[in-house]
Amino acid sequence: MDIAILIPLLAATVQSGTPILYATLGEIITERSGVLNLGVEGIMIVGALTGFVVSLTTGNPWLAFFAAGAAGCLMAAVHGVVVLLFLGNQVVSGLAITIFGLGLANYFGTPFVGQAAPGFDPFALPILGNIPALGEIFFRHDVLVYISYLLPLAIWLFLYVTRIGLNLRATGEAPVAARAAGIGVVAYRWLGIIMGGFCMGCGGAYLSLAYTHLWTNNLTGGRGWIAVALVIFSFWRPQRAVFGAYLFGGIMAVQLRLQASGTTIPSSLLLMLPYTLTIAVLVFSSWRRGSTGEPAALGTTIEPRQ
Amino acid sequence: MPGMRIIKRQEPLGWRSCLVLLVAIGFSLALGGGLLLVRGVDPVAAMGTLFVGAFGSRYGIEDSALKAIPIFLCSLGVALAFRLRVWNIGAEGQYALGAIGASWLPVAMPDLPAYLLLPSMITMAVVAGGMWGAIPAFFRQKMRTNEIIVTLMMNYIAISLLDYMVYGPWKDPASYGFPMTATFPPAAVVGKIGTTAYSWGLVHAFVLAVLIWVFTTYTRLGYEIKVGGANVRAARYAGIPYDRLVIGVMFLSGALAGWAGFLEASSTLNRLQPSIMANYGYTAIVVAWLARLNPFYIAVASFLLAGLRVGVESLQLDMQVPAAFGLIIEGLVLLSVLAGGFFTTYRVTRR
Repeated sequence: MDIAILIPLLAATVQSGTPILYATLGEIITERSGVLNLGVEGIMIVGALTGFVVSLTTGNPWLAFFAAGAAGCLMAAVHGVVVLLFLGNQVVSGLAITIFGLGLANYFGTPFVGQAAPGFDPFALPILGNIPALGEIFFRHDVLVYISYLLPLAIWLFLYVTRIGLNLRATGEAPVAARAAGIGVVAYRWLGIIMGGFCMGCGGAYLSLAYTHLWTNNLTGGRGWIAVALVIFSFWRPQRAVFGAYLFGGIMAVQLRLQASGTTIPSSLLLMLPYTLTIAVLVFSSWRRGSTGEPAALGTTIEPRQ
Repeated sequence: MPGMRIIKRQEPLGWRSCLVLLVAIGFSLALGGGLLLVRGVDPVAAMGTLFVGAFGSRYGIEDSALKAIPIFLCSLGVALAFRLRVWNIGAEGQYALGAIGASWLPVAMPDLPAYLLLPSMITMAVVAGGMWGAIPAFFRQKMRTNEIIVTLMMNYIAISLLDYMVYGPWKDPASYGFPMTATFPPAAVVGKIGTTAYSWGLVHAFVLAVLIWVFTTYTRLGYEIKVGGANVRAARYAGIPYDRLVIGVMFLSGALAGWAGFLEASSTLNRLQPSIMANYGYTAIVVAWLARLNPFYIAVASFLLAGLRVGVESLQLDMQVPAAFGLIIEGLVLLSVLAGGFFTTYRVTRR
């Protein structure tokens, strides 16, 4: 392939991989505490709408970005109330959160369809942006992309180096033992849910504030579900999430390019690509013996102390 | 919570669990009313419009019953898989495949006689929907993939496939560019019962439900599903071919959704077009869970949630409330019923 086509394509890969990366990292934190949150899709889209509306009304994209994260926390907290306080089934609660979130976003977002809001614009990083090829691919994006470069490292440090992260992982692996060791396991699950929700909300905000500056219904288009699949692909490790997210970013970028180039392949068949790839990736990463890194207590309910 | 003690109930809650359900539904409707207020809509009037729209007229009841059919069949299938603790989130896609499968013959060979056409349409729908359910089950058993994600991804693929068919090879040349197949010949249409507005699909749904009920209650396979759902290792130890069981049940689950797709294409729309996808498969999951996987309750819940859809349509027409309000209520009801389940298994006392 011509290098003049390849470099913009790879830059677009990074861009479309970023929201998935945020969401995948969020789900990794949540699942590491032992909670399965299938509400990612719903949480992302509520984050996307919140970010969009706040940016439209205040004109301040940063405020909008953090508002989206806060909205993600709130949505995730609903999941927390159902599964931690009322000990409900995590799979069903997550699905309900997705239905609820998609409903909320369409309900409140309908008047904004087609409107544009101020967001984050790309700028070249000094020095790094001037590196041939690499600069163009990685260092001429908006600030949210740059944050996403640091995020996997930050989350890795949090999970593996800090005491809080260790306790959180212990809660996901062996809650009974962790509780016996004096760890407040329910509190750590709350932490996992809330931190995860923040990242998911931010991932949604990336879609409405940087990827497009427009609001459309169903803006997330299944990215939340892809993120859930990528957690398995990443073997629950933040550093591996980067590869997964860019793999999907790549396939989405290719799909968009092909569509724009007026190919003879029907667009409906091109639209299948990311979803087919998800299944392929999932089969590939599940089909191996031995430990995948799945938290041993993932999806389990912590019984209240008698 | 300080000063509180949570104790597992020794005996089931009995009739009071109905109370929990009602409180949960009331709570979610109240929250929904709050959301209406935010948009400046009078919640009491809106709830009235919603209820009257759904159940207050002959037309409303007919429409609710019509929409309840696909929800009911999908939910019946979903519940079958859930009973085995296999998370089939793919009813939406299996329904789509059923509709695609059913539409093949009336598009390709519209001149076939009815006694050949309808049975082969059903067969195609059942096989296509069933395969769409069996594939993720196969991956789950042989490659240990997560069936939640695979079934969900296959929904997206199925919808794209349906779009491809009606935008491409099956597009009616006389449709002025609209993405739809030609109208099915009368021999491919499941008609209405006598002079009523009710489709024979209602009878299909009833007969299938009875068959499934007999199948799960009286056959060995039904028993195996129960054992496999309760304890996989015990089932394997007892010599139940668990892998085949999961794949078979998922085929059946998909086949029921596929049948729903057939009915929708044949009876309701008389053709295949993108609007056939109306999230029935997702509503079916909500229904199955609300009904605690019981076929009779599934019928009731299907009718109620179909009514919610019909009611929301009048809400949209009369009060300009977006149709997504229905999704919000669905999500809220499921969340609060799930949370309410706490009170049926635990009780809270003072320390």
